Amino acid sequence: MSISVVNLTKRFGRFVALNNVSLVCPTGQLVALLGPSGSGKTTLLRIIAGLEVPDSGAVYYHDDEITQRSARDRNVGFVFQHYALFRHMTVYDNVAFGLRVRKVPERQIRERVMELLRLVRLEEKAYHYPSELSGGQKQRIALIRALAPDPKVLLLDEPFGALDAKVRAELRQWLRRFHDEFHVTSIFVTHDQEEAFEVADRVVVMNHGQIEQEGTPLEVFEHPATAFVMDFLGNVNKLPVRVEGGRALLGETGTVEVPAKVFGTAENGRIDAYIRPHELDIARTPDSSNCLTGKIVHLNPAGSVVKVRVLAEDFGLMLNVDLTPERYRTLGLKPGETVFVTPKAAKVFEPDYSI
Amino acid sequence: MADALSGQNSQRVVEHVQIARSRELGIDPLVLSGKRPLSTMGRRYTQDPLWLRIVLISLAAIVMGVLVVIPVINVFYEALRDGIVAYGRAIVGDPETRYSIVLTLTVAPLAVLCNVIFGIAAAWAVARFRFPGRTLVVTLIDVPLSVSPVVAGLAFVLLFGMQGFLGPWLRKQGIDILFTVPALILATTFVTLPYVARELIPVMEAIGPDEELAALSLGASGWQIFWRVTLPNIKWGLLYGIILCNARAMGEFGAVSVVSGRIPGETTTMPLQVEVLFQDFNSPAAFALASVLTLLAGVTLVLKGWVERHHAVTPHLTDQEGTDEQTQPTPKMSGSTVTV
Repeated sequence: MSISVVNLTKRFGRFVALNNVSLVCPTGQLVALLGPSGSGKTTLLRIIAGLEVPDSGAVYYHDDEITQRSARDRNVGFVFQHYALFRHMTVYDNVAFGLRVRKVPERQIRERVMELLRLVRLEEKAYHYPSELSGGQKQRIALIRALAPDPKVLLLDEPFGALDAKVRAELRQWLRRFHDEFHVTSIFVTHDQEEAFEVADRVVVMNHGQIEQEGTPLEVFEHPATAFVMDFLGNVNKLPVRVEGGRALLGETGTVEVPAKVFGTAENGRIDAYIRPHELDIARTPDSSNCLTGKIVHLNPAGSVVKVRVLAEDFGLMLNVDLTPERYRTLGLKPGETVFVTPKAAKVFEPDYSI
Repeated sequence: MADALSGQNSQRVVEHVQIARSRELGIDPLVLSGKRPLSTMGRRYTQDPLWLRIVLISLAAIVMGVLVVIPVINVFYEALRDGIVAYGRAIVGDPETRYSIVLTLTVAPLAVLCNVIFGIAAAWAVARFRFPGRTLVVTLIDVPLSVSPVVAGLAFVLLFGMQGFLGPWLRKQGIDILFTVPALILATTFVTLPYVARELIPVMEAIGPDEELAALSLGASGWQIFWRVTLPNIKWGLLYGIILCNARAMGEFGAVSVVSGRIPGETTTMPLQVEVLFQDFNSPAAFALASVLTLLAGVTLVLKGWVERHHAVTPHLTDQEGTDEQTQPTPKMSGSTVTV
């Protein structure tokens, strides 16, 4: 079942949590709401679940408007960041809860609960209490508890936020596989862009109560629509440039051209160009005139990419460059050496005059 | 602060702080700064001097003895002075005394019941919602703790008396409140108002609304959420509140004394009857009845200890490992018991 929200607005006192937000989540997809804290993503999720009432706007499940309907009647599964398992009930009773309040016969409940427990490989924990489970186990129980009454929609509020890095990575892939099996329309909230890109079919980037961009992970990553999205999705170098004859030139003297497409920006206008660390290359010799001279300040060869920090003194800029380990070994870089940095690609966002 | 200073300076500051701390703790500064091994410091640095320990402990023992132990023992001594038979006769022989026991055991549970309903409602409203006047509600709940019970009693007289605000109107409807059992229940409820609510508010705040919201999204109705999720989570806190409330209700004297009119065999509760007997120079009977009240207090203390143990160590309540902020609240109100 698809979920759509139309022109949602929600204020808490004077704080605008959601500002006229519209969004469609297609049937059977796994959608990530991604944004920094305070961007309104959790509020949006809670309004969709019926745990919060919008000031204006509407929520549709398929074609039904359910804005005024209680969370109880929406048939959603909701997974909380801190699990919210019923602490005085066993794991079995927790998972059975949604079925018992619907007066499902106890025999059917048993079958369903055991089937779900088998699915998450926690059958042997059926008669344990939540306090006896690890964080990852609790979250898996929380998830099957939400799924037990066969919800039409599954909503997850920072489901892996309280877990440590390794468990989080495991559960992420597990959630993806789980979703591929159940195909229930799901929305999950996260502030971790890696998590969103790895798990979701679609990513919705939010900031200040508004949607900045939505699309597939590839679309969003390759073609960020706004400076915020560019900045939020991982490390990025921000270079002040000057526009001259349709070219973006670095610095006052205009010797280095940044390879970015510039439309509509006023001649001689100043603007920021964004370059991701892997879009910069380091060389020992100035291959072309189009490069920055800089000194290596810091090298971090640990990890799948080698992170290099270069200080370009001519422009007063600190650049983050990512090199492949092979390239790093070929160059044999050491801190303090002078190198030449060439931008291979860059992006420029037209200034938003509405602000 | 040390960051701002140069290395040598910050070293001096650290030493200074260590010396000051060591004086506070009565520990050799060289030990604290690590310059002298711990083993040489012996017992004398970790303990207060012997004379101080003796003085403090005996002071505590004398105060406890004079104010608590001796009076309680004396109550039983006086009560049993004329033998167990006289003791039994003093309690069950006199119809008015008998009635006062029955009355107290009726009024107290009813007042507790009122407070359980009010307490849960108030705690739920305060812990789950943000509404204008919320702080005022929290403050008002505490009013009975700070107002003298006699003043509370007088307030009820002013409200329900013949010259009062509601009295004449109620009279016309044929309802008498003052000098009847309902007045006793009202006054007792007022005086014990904070006990359940104040016990539950921190418990409900610590548990948070997530479990209730989870139940809601799973399709539970309001009643189902209350009976299956909220109540099991707060039950120990509630029981603790009930015990404190009951102890206070049984021992209440001031407010009840004002609104009861002290009609023997009608509105005289146990504490009032103790007073009546005592005024009649019938001390054996007064002490006998007082000993019953004291025994009830003893039962309360035992129950309270039992609940406190559960309250603190129930494994299901101390859910969530280190990553979570939820910790089980310990009861804030210090135990008050029956006042005789």
